[in-house]
Amino acid sequence: MAAIEILGLEKTYKVGFWLKRTKRALQPLHLTVEEGEIFGFLGPNGAGKTTTLKMLMGLVFPTAGTARILGHEWTDPEVKAQIGFLPEQPYFYDYLTAHELLDYYGQLSGVPATDRKRRVEEVLSRVGLTDVKGVQLRKFSKGMLQRAGIAQAILHNPKLVFFDEPMSGLDPLGRREVRDLIEQLKQEGKTVFFSTHILSDAEALCDRVAIIHKGELRGVGAIEELTSSVQGKVEMVWQGTQIPQSMKALGAECHVTGDTVRAVIAENQQDAAIDALRRERIRLTSLTPLRTSLEAYFVEKLQPASGPVQAESAATKTVGAV
Amino acid sequence: MNARIVHIAANTFREAVRDRVLYNLIAFALLISGAAIFVGQISIDIERLVVINLGLTAVSLFGVVIAIFIGIGLVSKEIEKRTLYTVLSRPVRRWEFIVGKFFGLAGTLVVNTFFMAIGVFGALLYVAHKFSAPDALILIALYFIILEFLIICSLALLFSSFSSPLLSAVFAFSLFVIGSFANDLRGFAGLTRGVARWVALGAAYLVPNFSALNVISVVAHQQPLGSQLILHNTLYALFYTATALSGAVLIFERRNLK
Repeated sequence: MAAIEILGLEKTYKVGFWLKRTKRALQPLHLTVEEGEIFGFLGPNGAGKTTTLKMLMGLVFPTAGTARILGHEWTDPEVKAQIGFLPEQPYFYDYLTAHELLDYYGQLSGVPATDRKRRVEEVLSRVGLTDVKGVQLRKFSKGMLQRAGIAQAILHNPKLVFFDEPMSGLDPLGRREVRDLIEQLKQEGKTVFFSTHILSDAEALCDRVAIIHKGELRGVGAIEELTSSVQGKVEMVWQGTQIPQSMKALGAECHVTGDTVRAVIAENQQDAAIDALRRERIRLTSLTPLRTSLEAYFVEKLQPASGPVQAESAATKTVGAV
Repeated sequence: MNARIVHIAANTFREAVRDRVLYNLIAFALLISGAAIFVGQISIDIERLVVINLGLTAVSLFGVVIAIFIGIGLVSKEIEKRTLYTVLSRPVRRWEFIVGKFFGLAGTLVVNTFFMAIGVFGALLYVAHKFSAPDALILIALYFIILEFLIICSLALLFSSFSSPLLSAVFAFSLFVIGSFANDLRGFAGLTRGVARWVALGAAYLVPNFSALNVISVVAHQQPLGSQLILHNTLYALFYTATALSGAVLIFERRNLK
């Protein structure tokens, strides 16, 4: 069963003093996220990621379209008991302590009183907030608030978790911990849908990603497939600083970093290049086909020439990019 | 009552307490004790009248200020600070949020009024040295003041559901002032003719009739209050509050939380 089915959700705002002009925040969006996968929703700032998440959470009403979450209508309040949500740059009731905040959210999510205390301690420890008893949230750093936000999103053991920019405000160690946590959630069988503009996070974590730009879906597919297209070039790496003339003659683009040389060369010149290195008694460390990085794919999809993806369904969910 | 409404109300009450809203009780205590000592020294035979008038008016004004200034921020502050996002992404209906917020603020005002009432009775005991049977009427005046707070809370919430805090404060305070003269407005309507009469009459019935809920002077003069008045005022306040709250819910149900 699909965890999320977005069926043509779109959003247009009326703007201007007389509300006569319109601004389209999201073009009709069709997207399916399968159960148990980590799905990255990528796009630059202002692309429509947060608008999409807010519509799925019922915070913003769509102009048209519908969605299904865990097999239910997305407007069904009861389905929200199975959903966790971390908003972008979360702000909480700062007069509460983390324990009080989570207890309150546990009450609203219907977590039984007998389990609440244990669950609160568990999730706080899981996000690394162990020594915060009695400390009001107004005294929390940005990173600590982000951790509290993640804790409240997973407190009620939801089946599906939405994270809006979950790494925002975290130091490198914190980002690593959140990445580990997201992976653990997947191992527990949960579906994670997260928006980000940090591509390295998406590349490290996601099973599939969608790229959105100016409210338009530009590409969707599995990470390996999006990055698997070989560009007809290979990368050769060897130790040292020596670059043989014969390599330059073959048209290799060479870069020296410390005592390592990286050379990019056309695939059909590969054998000639290996022979050239052997003649110079240079030992090749690695030779790999050059693949498209997620970043390159992302940048390509942001170009105006890259059109929208019309529709995406479970049947065509492999590589929907055009 | 729905458990989620109770939790939201309890959290609203906790917020008011932690934001030191109840500190107004210190100002009230200083005012009422100072007034009692002062009145005790300068008044002859009217100490009781002055203390009840002053005490109940202060209870009303302190509460109105709290109701307006907390009420106008109940929804708009949650939207502005985005604390609402993590509440409404749970199985919480929007109407439950509005009703929970209302009961939280109303609860805060009831507790506040309870402590101020103790202050009024304390001051009365200080100046009169003993309670008399008509003093029980003070309880009815306090009950009407609480009804007044319910109406103001619901109006502040209504304005807060679509307007900025500043405009909401202006609207709520204006209605409080006009409503306090609702009987005069009705009297004025009786003196006019034609369109002006209908406009004045419409306005008089549309604004909350706070003058009907103000029995401070009657109680201070130990005049009797009929049970009919208590029933009418109760029904009127509950109806007005429910109408304003329904309006707040209707607006909030359709609002995009950008």
